[in-house]
Amino acid sequence: MSAQDTKVEVPLELVKAHMYIAAAYLMVVVLAGLTYSMQFINIYPFEGVEWLSPGRVRMVHTQAVAYAWLANSLFAVIYYIIPKLTQQPILSKKLGWFVFYAYNTLILLTVTLILGGHAQALEWGETPIILDPFIAVVVVCFVVNIVTSIFRARSKPFYVSVWYILAALIWTPLVFVMGNFLTAFYYGGAAGAAITSMYIHDLVGLFVTPIGIASVYYLLPVLMQRPIFSHALSLIGFWGLAFFYPMNSTHHYLYSPIPFWAQYAGIVASVGVHVVVYTVVFNIIATMAGDWKRVVSDLSLKFMLVGTIFYLITCIQCAVHVTLAVQKIIHFTDWVVGHSHFVLFGVFGFWGFAWVYYLVPRMLKRPMFSQSLCGWHFWLSTLGIAIMNVDLMSAGLVQGFMWRDMSEFIDSVAASMPFWWVRTFSGIMIFVGQVLFVINLYMTVRQQPSKVGYIAVNEGTASA
Amino acid sequence: MSKQLKWERFSSVILYAGLLCFLFAFVMLGIVPAQMTKASKRDDELAKSVPDNFKEAYATVETYRQGLIRGRDIYVAEACWHCHSQYVRPVSNEVLRYGPVSTPGEYENLLQLPQLFGTRRVGPDLIREGGKRTNDWHFSHFYNPRSVEPQSVMPSYTWYFENVDGKVLPKPDAVALVAYVQWLGSWINQPPTSAMNDIIMPPAE
Repeated sequence: MSAQDTKVEVPLELVKAHMYIAAAYLMVVVLAGLTYSMQFINIYPFEGVEWLSPGRVRMVHTQAVAYAWLANSLFAVIYYIIPKLTQQPILSKKLGWFVFYAYNTLILLTVTLILGGHAQALEWGETPIILDPFIAVVVVCFVVNIVTSIFRARSKPFYVSVWYILAALIWTPLVFVMGNFLTAFYYGGAAGAAITSMYIHDLVGLFVTPIGIASVYYLLPVLMQRPIFSHALSLIGFWGLAFFYPMNSTHHYLYSPIPFWAQYAGIVASVGVHVVVYTVVFNIIATMAGDWKRVVSDLSLKFMLVGTIFYLITCIQCAVHVTLAVQKIIHFTDWVVGHSHFVLFGVFGFWGFAWVYYLVPRMLKRPMFSQSLCGWHFWLSTLGIAIMNVDLMSAGLVQGFMWRDMSEFIDSVAASMPFWWVRTFSGIMIFVGQVLFVINLYMTVRQQPSKVGYIAVNEGTASA
Repeated sequence: MSKQLKWERFSSVILYAGLLCFLFAFVMLGIVPAQMTKASKRDDELAKSVPDNFKEAYATVETYRQGLIRGRDIYVAEACWHCHSQYVRPVSNEVLRYGPVSTPGEYENLLQLPQLFGTRRVGPDLIREGGKRTNDWHFSHFYNPRSVEPQSVMPSYTWYFENVDGKVLPKPDAVALVAYVQWLGSWINQPPTSAMNDIIMPPAE
């Protein structure tokens, strides 16, 4: 990674802006999630308030996860990685700022309109349909801004992160337009479900996953100060993702009125995704292997390691529950809810935290405000999400078997109650962890560098 | 990384990974199954006549149709579909619990655009709900779910009701929502017969 040393302008102000606003949205995410979970144990604090109705808060929670928190953190990472790896500046900083303001204005409008009762009936895409064209335009602006740098550097060999980001930037607008407009205006019913399921899965598989993996492939060698274990494995992983991931879609609606051959194909492709997962996980662990002392002494590497272990667990979980036999029981239950929390928070959230703890001290030229707050954030997040996943998986099994065994539906609700209490408890752990994280980040940003006198920045921040 | 393989080039990544793989999956698992299940003519009429128990609220088929659409819009706005699915699977004894297995043709109507299959059942599936319970039960349930089902965790939707002279009465939106829920599966079940003017509401809190 000799690219680190040379001078090319990284738009650090854009990186900071997207990273800070992502942290602010993270507060919305955990607050909405925690509040919504209280409905399940009948202690919802805003009962009878129309615009804070639990259903609407739930949509704000998921939209904030995907479009506000994760998307902004991924944008920040891309603004940092691409100039470094291509040795080209982004096309235009002005365009970058336009994207920042326009995109986040649209997010705030989304929240307002969803709370006002104008949501779109598309899972993970409840953004009101009237905003969707604008979001598409803004996303295309972002794509143009970044792909230009990659295009200008096309004669040089690309590092693996660049393939992932380049492909993800092509996929994202396609996925967004397909999912939002086809299902709203053209394909309804079972036909719409085929497209919706593709949208649901592609949002994770073709937007969050490739950029997340790209960010790890960049940061890991930098922190370990050694190259990635195998270039060939990363190549297999990338093409495996490109081929198998888009075909996973139908596994979200198994045993539904979608033609069954398409459901079989979704299952087979989902198992095929394991090519991607195992190569990536193996590559990451093998790069870490032999220098565990460094891993456990660096907070970013710890987050990355735990995120990677969670990634492996979550994907094994997926291979199990995507089969028809298991699907009979666990579909429609809390199992799936646990799975999606594990993926988006436990894996991609954790990899994002690794980036925050890497970039912030280097961009601001000062250490994090409090090391003990860092530790609390790590442990509360790790234990919280682990407890939540185990708890919701168990709840899912209880619900699924009770339904199959023809218990009264309401009895399955009553039986879920202890699990929902534990879920809210684990949610509180995660909530507190993230609040401490944001406080820590805020205090670090507010501190004056001169007072601290910390100049431990020796890599990567060639310019500002 | 000095030599650039074919599979690492800018054009390969954009053309094969970015476009070709995506479009292949989109056509094979999106468009083809979608075209197979899509009816040539969608049912935008929704109902041939107004069911007896909604005749008081909706005078004509057209107003009933508008009511159903309004009910569906509320169902979407309140994210009902995030906790109630709308399809019956041929497994896990769902046929015994809910009714006949869902078929694609049932969904070829205006109210399933966008589709409302759902992926989670915090509450029961609703595609065969129509006619299983009376309108009164539904009004009471929307106003306060725990008044008819003590262990329910469903939120109450009090803002669709108004207090007139000490009596809680449904607003038009609540009627539309109940009309929609009673319509679900009406092509299989017989709609309920209780009349609109028999509404008995729990006392206002």
